[in-house]
Parts: sequence; structure tokens; C-alpha cells
Amino acid sequence: MKTDPNFPNGPLKSIHGKCLVLQGDDIDTDRIIPARFLKCVDFESLGHVVFADDRKEQKGNHPFDLEKNQDASILIVNKNFGCGSSREHAPQALMRWGIRAIVGESFAEIFFGNCLALGIPCATASNSDILKLQKELELEPRNKYLLDVNNSVLRCNNKNIHMNINKGALEMLLSGKWDATATLISKTEELKKIMKDLPYLNNFLLDK
Amino acid sequence: MSAGTLYDKVWDLHRVSNLPGGSTQLFIGLHLIHEVTSPQAFAALEEKGLRVLCPDRTIATVDHIVPTNNQQRPFSDPLAEEMLKTLEHNCAKHGINLFGIGSGKQGIVHVIAPELGLTQPGMTVACGDSHTSTHGAFGAIAFGIGTSQVRDVLASQSLAMNKLKVRRIWVTGQLSAGVFAKDLILHVINKLGVQGGVGYAYEFAGPAIELLSMEERMTICNMAIEGGARCGYINPDEKTFEYLKGRLNSPNESNWDYAIKWWKSIATNTSAVFDDEVCFNANEIAPTVTWGITPGQSVAINDTIPAPDSLNVDDRAIAQEAYEYMGLNPSLPIAGIKIDVCFIGSCTNGRLSDLQIAADIVKGQHVASGVKAFVVPGSEQVSRAAKEKGLDTLFQKAGFEWREPGCSMCLAMNPDRLEGKQISASSSNRNFKGRQGSAQGRTLLMSPAMVAAAAIKGEVTDVRELMTSTQT
Ligand code: SF4
Repeated sequence: MKTDPNFPNGPLKSIHGKCLVLQGDDIDTDRIIPARFLKCVDFESLGHVVFADDRKEQKGNHPFDLEKNQDASILIVNKNFGCGSSREHAPQALMRWGIRAIVGESFAEIFFGNCLALGIPCATASNSDILKLQKELELEPRNKYLLDVNNSVLRCNNKNIHMNINKGALEMLLSGKWDATATLISKTEELKKIMKDLPYLNNFLLDK
Repeated sequence: MSAGTLYDKVWDLHRVSNLPGGSTQLFIGLHLIHEVTSPQAFAALEEKGLRVLCPDRTIATVDHIVPTNNQQRPFSDPLAEEMLKTLEHNCAKHGINLFGIGSGKQGIVHVIAPELGLTQPGMTVACGDSHTSTHGAFGAIAFGIGTSQVRDVLASQSLAMNKLKVRRIWVTGQLSAGVFAKDLILHVINKLGVQGGVGYAYEFAGPAIELLSMEERMTICNMAIEGGARCGYINPDEKTFEYLKGRLNSPNESNWDYAIKWWKSIATNTSAVFDDEVCFNANEIAPTVTWGITPGQSVAINDTIPAPDSLNVDDRAIAQEAYEYMGLNPSLPIAGIKIDVCFIGSCTNGRLSDLQIAADIVKGQHVASGVKAFVVPGSEQVSRAAKEKGLDTLFQKAGFEWREPGCSMCLAMNPDRLEGKQISASSSNRNFKGRQGSAQGRTLLMSPAMVAAAAIKGEVTDVRELMTSTQT
């Protein structure tokens, strides 16, 4: 698998860029990436088919097709974004399209975890803040925003919008340890001990 | 904070280490993989120069992309063939047991693990598939994971997880005739919302749950994820033990009593503390059908599609989207909606008892003209057992197609799919836009019995009207 140098890497303290507004609650991963595109053994070709069916239906008017959004990197969504299937193809497709952070009212859990594992922060804000932000972006789509992960705020000019970033996720993003593999494999001794103590791995003979 | 629940106990027993930021490294007792979400994980493993830590704790099968009419290799779809070949290659290379087509044990991953006795109480189970919550029916803590996490489990047999809160869903009473586990869970999701379970594990308990068979319990836990809960579980009891006895990977006779003793010990204590509790009465639940584009948008069979002003303010926008997409107007009765395709199968309702119940409805009747109806058993074992009972010929005589096992039109990654705006009555678990293979395709979720009734009548029908007194 090739790793693009532009993909998230190391500690992620802030993300700077234009915002793309995608309105609607309960946008599921089947919509982010329809199942037929899951027929692949790598993720490389997923970027241009993100939201394929919705985009086809909206004939060029989908937010991911609008000219003004083409270089956006912060996605603004509403409630329960990424619900449904566990397919990591969904955040992979978003990342390969160019998304580097997602701000919304709430996220589905598996999706949130999948994003974190790719180094894409998912930050939440209140319903009223998100609606206000979406309105503002309608008027001023070219403004650049800074998602300051460290201080959990989204900044533009002199305005600050307070963000919530899950504490565990925050630490992982800031330390650069959002890719958990290295940490997990370093605990072999502790893991062996758990395995030695689990009845179902030991013929249930432990407390005979 | 919850205490003394099965979830707490299993969590503590599997905790390897505390990770920075408050998450936990959790040992995974059973890892299930399939062809769609594993290839990139193996590739990443190789890229990092890592090996599979415990190949004997990982089990593979092929389900999502397999054709259900002609399974001759190579598959006619070259992409599907490539995916299966990749899985075969990865399993051979890393010493992972693969239950492939024709092995007698292949099938949907969430169907085969229980029937092989792999899923057991007190385990942690992970799989790159959101419906892994199914395995909670045995009192396991089971969750769906993404591909990066599949890589982590392969490399370390563990996962970084945040502990969930626990909500007990207590169900009193008893399901009436013609009302099934599917109706119960659709009802619960409707009441608590598709986001209601975010941050929670759902413990399903109470008299109505205890009465359910293991297969019905799997239907309940399977759809916990559709209610937003990362996992759902039911405490193990005599039914659980009876189901497991003598299965391929169940504890053998000399360990059996010890196993039961341990399994009982991990069940939720009577004094357990929950973060939240809600209560339902099974007697009040009717056959339930979805009308919209999320599994929470459902109504009882004798009801009408809800009008916007009868819904919570928060639910109105998505309802509007659903009316438009589905081409269904508010206040239209759900019964009587014409159906094009009927699908019985999936990890929600593709087990032997599901097929049996549908067969009882279909027996001696015929599929309405113009309706395409088909049955896809959840596994090779289910298929074999159904054939032994003559269900295949019974369905065929009634005008159904009888297929080979796989996920099929649950997500339509194989050739089984809706076309254009077709509308399906489906025993599967998701009615998202485009879920069944056509970008305009429409799905009505319901129990397999209700799918059978819809097939016979050509429209959404209250199955109770078709049930003779001997069937009830
Ligand atoms: S049957 Fe459907 S929900 Fe179940 S594993 Fe297959 S695709 Fe997923």
C-alpha cells in the first residue's frame, strides 16, 4: 500500500483550510461510499467516488462538486455523521478527496474511531454553533479556518467557536500516537498475562 | 458509571493496559475476518513488517461478494474473484483458518461463528463489520471495527477502545403470535432513535428476552448497532448453554461444567448498576415495518406513515428526505404498499428458524405475479439443514428462488440487487438510500414472516391475517 506524503502524519496540532458544508443528519457510510466501490483490495481509487450516488443525483450541485469547495479540507456536518456500516472505506474516501478534519454536531462511533486511526480529527460543537457556522460559510465560503486541536477551537479572523474533542482522541492526535499499532504491540508481556488468566483460553480449568 | 454488569466484568478481564488519554487496550478473544475489510489490513501489516500475533484466534470466511446463483470459480465478476483470491492468499500465508465456499461451513460471518461454537459467553469478539454486535446474544462483548483496527487486532490481538456506558433495555411481557424478534428490535430503535445508543452498550434483559431462542436473540443484538449502540448483549442462560453444547468449538465434555460455572459467573449481578434503564412491554408490539431511509423510521403494520407534525422536531428533516426518496406520502397506510422484490436472508434473519417461519407462511401458497422473491440461507450449514426439512422445494414450489449462502441483497455487492426504483420487502437490517444496489432502490425492513406475507400478497400485509390457528 502506497502512503501519500500529504496524508496525516505525526502529531496533529492544527488543521488549516477552507470549509465545506454538507447539511443533513444521519448521513450514513453507504452514502459516503456506496457498497459497489468496496470491491477493491486497496483504498487508492476511492477519492473521486466519495458520495458517488448523491453526486450523480444532484448533477454537479453536490457540495463535493461545487467549484468553491474544490480545495476545502475541513468538512462541516450535522448530527450522527457516518452512521451505519463500519467500512473504513468511508473516511478513506473522504481523506483521499482532501478532507483532513471534520466538524459536526455528533458522529457515529465506529466512524469516529476509523477517522482517528487515519489521523482525521472529528470535533463536535453545539447545534446552534454549527448552524451559525453553516450560515456564515454560505456568505463567506472563501474564508480560511483554523481548527486548533490543542485548544479545541475553530478560528476564523477574530471569531472562535468552541469545539469538543474526545479526551482520548485529543491526546492521541497531539502526541502523534493516533495510529495505535506501535503502542499495542509493545505490550506483549501484559497481553500474555491476560491470556494466561482467561478461562476460555485455558480449558476453563483455572478455578477448578 | 455502570458496575457489576456483564459488560464491566468482561471489560476488566480483557484489559491489557491503560492507554494515554483514558482509552483501554483490550484483548480480543475472537477475531473474525472476511474478504471486504481485511485486504487493506493485511497490506498495512506487511508494509509495517509485522506478523499476525495469534493466527489461531482469527477465523475467516467469505460472504459479502459471493454470487448466490453460480459459485463456480473463477467468479464471473473479476473484482469479486480478486477479493476472494486475496483473502485465500492472506489466510494461507498467515496460517489463518478460512471457511471457504464448499467447505460445508462457509456463510455470513455472523451466522457461522455461533453455529461453529466459536462465539461463547464472556469473550471479546471483533470483526471488520458493524453487525458484529450479533455475537452479544451469547453474552460476548462484540463490536464492529474499521480496517485500521483489523490491522491492529491482527498485529497485537488487541484494540484501543473507550469504555462505553451501559443501558439496560428491560422487556416485560411476551411477543404475541405473528410478532417476532425483528419487530421487537425495530420497535426499540424507533422509540430510542438511531442515535439513541451512541456511547452505550445495550443490555437486553427481562422476561420477554429470556423467552427468546438463541436465533431470535441474535436478531436483537444484530440490530443494536442500528440503534447507535456499539454493542448489544444478553446474559447467558440455560438456552445459551444448550445451544452451545456439542458444537465444533464448544468446550468438550470434560470441561463443560467448568465452562458453565464460569459463564454463569460473568452474567450481570442482580445488584448491578446501569448508566441508564428503559422499559418496554412486548405485548404492545405489533408487526413493524420501516417506511423510510433509516431503520428508526418504522410503524406498526396497522398504522400510517407518520405526518411531520407527529414527529420530534429533530426527526422532521430526515422524514422529509424519506418521503421524497421513498415516494411515499405521510398518512398513507403502510399495509397495501406494492412490492417488487422480496428478500429473505442476511445476518439478521437468514438462520434456520427464520426460514422455517417464512416457509410456514408460504406453504401451499404462491408468490404474487410480478414479484421476484428469493431466499438466501445465511450459511452452508443453514442451507443443508433447511434442505433436510424440504424447505428448499417448499419455497421453490411457491415461486421463490432458492440460492446459495451469502450476504446477497443485504448490501448488493454481488449480482443480487434492486433495479431503478424497485421497492423491496427485506428481512435484512438497513434501508439506507441505495443500500440494495440501486441508487434509487427502496427498502422496507420487516420480519421474515412479513416478507413471506408480502411475497404472497404482492404488497405489505399483516402476516397475522395469513396465519392459520395451527401456526400460531
Ligand atoms: S448480511 Fe448484510 S449486514 Fe450482515 S454481514 Fe452481510 S452485508 Fe453485513
